[in-house]
Amino acid sequence: MYSFTYHRPKSLSEAKSMLGGAEDGKLLAGGQTLLPTMKQRLAMPSDLVDLGQVAELQGIEVTGDAVVIGAGVRHADVASSAEVRKAIPALADLASHIGDPHVRHRGTLGGSVANNDPAADYPGAVLGLGATVHTDARQIAADDFFKGIFETALEDGEIITKISFPIPAKAAYAKFPNPASRYSLVGAFVAQMKDGSVRVAITGAGANGVFRVAEMEKALAGNFSADAIANVKVSPDDVNGDIHGSPEYRAHLVTVMAKRAVAAAG
Amino acid sequence: MGADGLGQRVLRKEDRRFITGKGRYTDDIAVARATHAVFVRSPYAHARIRNIDASEALAMPGVHAVLTGKDFAEDKLGSLICGWMIHSKDGSPMKVGAHPSIAADTVKHVGDQVAVVIADTREQARDAAEKVAVDYEELPAVIDPVKAMDPGAPQIHPEAPNNHIFTWPIGDEAATDAAFKGAAHVVKIDVINNRLIPNAIEPRAALAVYDEAEESYTLYNTTQNPHVARLVLSAFVGVAPEHKLRVVGPDVGGGFGSKIYVYPEETVCLWASKKVGRPVRWTAERTESFLTDAHARDHVTHAEMAFDADHRIIGFKVNTIANIGAYMQIFSSATPTYLYGTLLSGQYDMKNIYCEVTAVYTNTNCVDAYRGAGRPEATYLLERLIEKAAREMGVDRVELRRKNFIKSFPHQTPVIMNYDSGDFDALIEKALELADYKGLPARKEEAKKRGKLRGLGFSTYIEACGLAPSAAVGALGGGVGQWESAEVRVNPTGNVEVLTGSHSHGQGHETVFAQLIADRLGIGVENVQIVHGDTDKVQFGMGTYGSRSGPVGLNAILKALEKVEAKAKKIAAHLMEAAEDDIVIEGGKLKVAGTDKELGFGEVSLAAYTAHNLPQGIEPGLKEGAFYDPINFTFPSGCHVCEVEVDPDTGHTEIVKFTAVDDFGNIMNPMIVEGQVHGGLTQGIGQAMFEGCIYDKETGQLLTGSYMDYCMPRAADVPSYTLGHSTTVCPSNPLGLKGCGEAGAIGSPPSVINAIIDATGSDNIAMPATPERVWRAIHG
Repeated sequence: MYSFTYHRPKSLSEAKSMLGGAEDGKLLAGGQTLLPTMKQRLAMPSDLVDLGQVAELQGIEVTGDAVVIGAGVRHADVASSAEVRKAIPALADLASHIGDPHVRHRGTLGGSVANNDPAADYPGAVLGLGATVHTDARQIAADDFFKGIFETALEDGEIITKISFPIPAKAAYAKFPNPASRYSLVGAFVAQMKDGSVRVAITGAGANGVFRVAEMEKALAGNFSADAIANVKVSPDDVNGDIHGSPEYRAHLVTVMAKRAVAAAG
Repeated sequence: MGADGLGQRVLRKEDRRFITGKGRYTDDIAVARATHAVFVRSPYAHARIRNIDASEALAMPGVHAVLTGKDFAEDKLGSLICGWMIHSKDGSPMKVGAHPSIAADTVKHVGDQVAVVIADTREQARDAAEKVAVDYEELPAVIDPVKAMDPGAPQIHPEAPNNHIFTWPIGDEAATDAAFKGAAHVVKIDVINNRLIPNAIEPRAALAVYDEAEESYTLYNTTQNPHVARLVLSAFVGVAPEHKLRVVGPDVGGGFGSKIYVYPEETVCLWASKKVGRPVRWTAERTESFLTDAHARDHVTHAEMAFDADHRIIGFKVNTIANIGAYMQIFSSATPTYLYGTLLSGQYDMKNIYCEVTAVYTNTNCVDAYRGAGRPEATYLLERLIEKAAREMGVDRVELRRKNFIKSFPHQTPVIMNYDSGDFDALIEKALELADYKGLPARKEEAKKRGKLRGLGFSTYIEACGLAPSAAVGALGGGVGQWESAEVRVNPTGNVEVLTGSHSHGQGHETVFAQLIADRLGIGVENVQIVHGDTDKVQFGMGTYGSRSGPVGLNAILKALEKVEAKAKKIAAHLMEAAEDDIVIEGGKLKVAGTDKELGFGEVSLAAYTAHNLPQGIEPGLKEGAFYDPINFTFPSGCHVCEVEVDPDTGHTEIVKFTAVDDFGNIMNPMIVEGQVHGGLTQGIGQAMFEGCIYDKETGQLLTGSYMDYCMPRAADVPSYTLGHSTTVCPSNPLGLKGCGEAGAIGSPPSVINAIIDATGSDNIAMPATPERVWRAIHG
C-alpha cells in the first residue's frame, strides 16, 4: 500500500469538502474492494475519505411503499433487519449471501452499488426492484444508474446517500455463486410489482454488467410462473466468459436462475 | 495402558499455544536490526535479461542493497539441486538445467526472481523494488507440457534439448506387449491429473542472521526438514559450511510437501545477511505463494489395460508426460517416477505392467511433491480405468475389483514394490456396509423425484510411506538416506526430553511422540517434552514428508527408548539387589517382578546422574540415541466411497456422503489420525472438484493467482465424513505403523469423479469437476 492521507468526516458536507480538497481523493465505504486493491498497489489515491461516521448515510426506514436504506448500512445489518425481511424478504436474503461474514460486516450498500462490480449482488436488487438511488445532488432511477462494468451515472465527487427500494408484491433472488470468489456467476432478481409489472435483472453474467431481460418480463407479466420463461434464452454473445464459466454456460444459467427466482417468489 | 497411552485420544498438547495465538512462526521471531527483503520478479514467462539498472532504487530511503543474479554468480554460489537421479530408457542420466537463486541471464517463468532489494522496512523495500529497472527481451514461451517437446518449441535450458529431461521406464515392456496380444478386452483412457497450488495457511518465510563474531549463520525458515536444508545450503549452494550454519524450523503452519524444498528466497536471505551486515527477513505475500510455492501433479497420461475373458487384468501400459515446470527441485524427478510408477499395481494382482514417464520443462513454476506425491496420480489413473473397464465390459464394478484383488502377502508387484500386508476384501466389505451400498438404488430413486442425479463412486488405493530403506533408495538414485534419528534424554528429576529429526508442521508430534514415552514408562505426557526443528539441538534428521514421522520417526524414538529402558533396568536391579531380567517398568516405577520392591523412575534417573552407586562398568547419565533405518516401505491401503447429488440444470455437485475405510496398521492416537484423514480427504476433494492451477497458454501468466480465481474447498463444500478402519498390523516396523498423512488425498479424487460418472452416466469428465464441466458431461 502506498501512503495516503486519511480523513474521517462526521457529516456529508464535511466529506464533500474533504474530497474536494484532495488531489486524487477516494471515498472509503466498507473498503471491501478498495482496500485489497490498494494493498496490491493497484490503486494509489492521495486521500481516503472514510464515510463510516457520516450519520446521514445510516439507517433503515420502511415507509408504506418503500424500504429506504442508507448507503452506509452494512450487508449484515440488511440481512438481519426484521423490517427489511418483512417488507422485501428477497432483499434481506440477497444481503445474507454476499461474500462471507467478514465482507458482510464491513461492506456497505452504497459501496457495492457505486462500485458496480459486474458480479456483485446488490445491483441485481437495485435494477430488479426499480429502486431509486439518492445522492447528495439528485435522485437517479436504477434504469439510468448502471452504465457498464464498474461504470455508473455518478459524477466525480457525487456521494450516494440512500437507496429507496419499492416494496413489490413478491420477489426473489436466485444466485449461482462462483465457487472460488462466491460472487455471483449468475444471479437473477425477479420482482412482481404491486401494479402487476414484472422486472427481471441479471447480475454476474452481463458483458456490460447488470441487465434486464425484457422478454422474460413480458412473459411473466402475463403468467408469473417458471414455465412461462423456460424457453426464453439470452444470447451467449451478450454474456461474459472466463475460466469459471463460458458465455454458453452462463447464458444457460440465466434462464435456470430466473426460473428458480420465479418459483421462489411464489 | 493409561489415559495418555498409545491408542488413546489424547488432546493435542500443542493446540493450547496455537489456539491462543502463542505459536512461534518464522515471521514472529524478532531479532534486532533486521532488514527486509523484497524480490523483483519477472512479469514474463520467458525473457532474456538485457540489463538491470538499480541506481534509482539504491538512492531511495532506507535501502541497503539491490542484489542481482550477477552478484550471486560473482560470489561463486552454486545452483539449487534436484535430489534424485533418474536415468532414461537409453541409460543416459536426466538432463538438468541450472536453478539459480536469482536469475542471471534469462527468466523462465512468471515470478522468477531477478533481483532482491534489502531495506530497513518492508514498505521501503517494496517502493524501491518498483524502481529497479529491468530491461527484458521477451522470448517465446511454452506452457503446455505436450507442446514443449515439439520440434521448434522454445528452448528453456541448454542442457535439456527439446525441454526433455528424461523418459523413464519401469516394468517389462516385451512381456506386457505379449500379454496384450492375448487380451479378450482392452480398455483405454486419457486422463489429465490437474495442476495444483499447495496453499499452506502460513506463507513461506525466512529470517537470516549472520554473526560476524562467530562467522556463523542462523536461518529461521518455514521448512519441513531443517537438516536437509542445511545440507543443501552448505554442500551444494555453498552459502556457509555445515558447522557454521544453524537452521531452525520453528512452528510451521502447514507444508503438504511445499516446504520440503530449499527455495531461492531463503538462500538469498542467508547470503545477503552477510553482504549487508544485518539480519534479513522475508515473508511471502499470498501472491508470491501462488506464483512460487512448488506446484503439484500436472500429468498427461494415456493408459491401456488388458483383460482376459474372465475379466482378470493381464496387462497394464501407461504413458505419462509430467510437467516439471521451469526448474528441477529436490523431489521433482522422484515424484513422477519412483513414487508413481511403482504404485501402478494398486490393490490388484497384475503380472505385467509397463510404464514410461517423460519429464519436460515448461515456462511455468516448479512442480514437486505435494500430499501424496505420485501416488494420487497413480491411484486416479488406475481407479478411473477400472471404473471404465467395468462399464465397458458390463461387469459389476465391485466384483471386478474384488476379482482382481491381491489376496496374499507378502506380494511382489512387477513394479519394484513388495507389499508386506493388507486385506483388501475386508476394506471394501466394511466400506460397502458403512456407505449403505445396498440402499443406493432407493436413494437414487428418491433423488430423482427431487430432480437430482445421485451417484456413488469407489476408489481403492495402496500407497507407499516411510520412504525407505536407505540402501534401496540409494540404489534407485536417491541422494540421501531415508532413516530417522532420535535421542531420549531422561533428566535427573525423571522427566524426559525427546529430540527427534522429524518435524511437526501441524501433525501433532508433540502429543503422539509423548504418548509413546508415557505409555512405555507409565509417566504422563505432561512429563515429556518433544524437541524438534533445530539443527543446533537435534543431531541430524530427515524431516517430515511422505507420512514418515510415524513409521520411521516414531520407531527411531522407540529404539532410543529401549536403550534407555535397558540402562534404567540395570541401575534399578543394582540398587534393589535384584536380577536385571526381573525388573519391569510399570506406572512410572521400576519394580522387581513378584515382589513389593520398587523404585520411582525419578529415583533411578537421579541415581544415574548422582552416580554415587552405579553397577560396575555403567557410565553416569540416562540418555540414549538411535538411528532407525526401515527394512521396507509401509503400505497403507483403503477403500473410499463417495456419494454425490448432481443438479442436472446447473451441474452443481454436492457430496452427500463420503466413507473412508483405511488400513493404517496400528493407530497411536485415533483423534489425530481422524484429523489427518479429514484434511487429506478435503484436499483430495479439492483436487477433484475445485482446485485447478491455470496458466494462460500463450503468455504464461498465472490466471489463478488469488482466491478470487483459485478455488479452495470450504467446510460447507464437504460432508461430515464417515470413517472406518480395518487393520492389518505392519510387519516391517516394531510399532506396526503404516502412516496416515497422505491417504485421504490419495484415495479420494477418483471416488469423487467415479461418483459423478455414476450420477451423470458420462465419463467425459475431468478434474476439477466444475459445475460447467459436469453440466457439459450431462448435456454434451
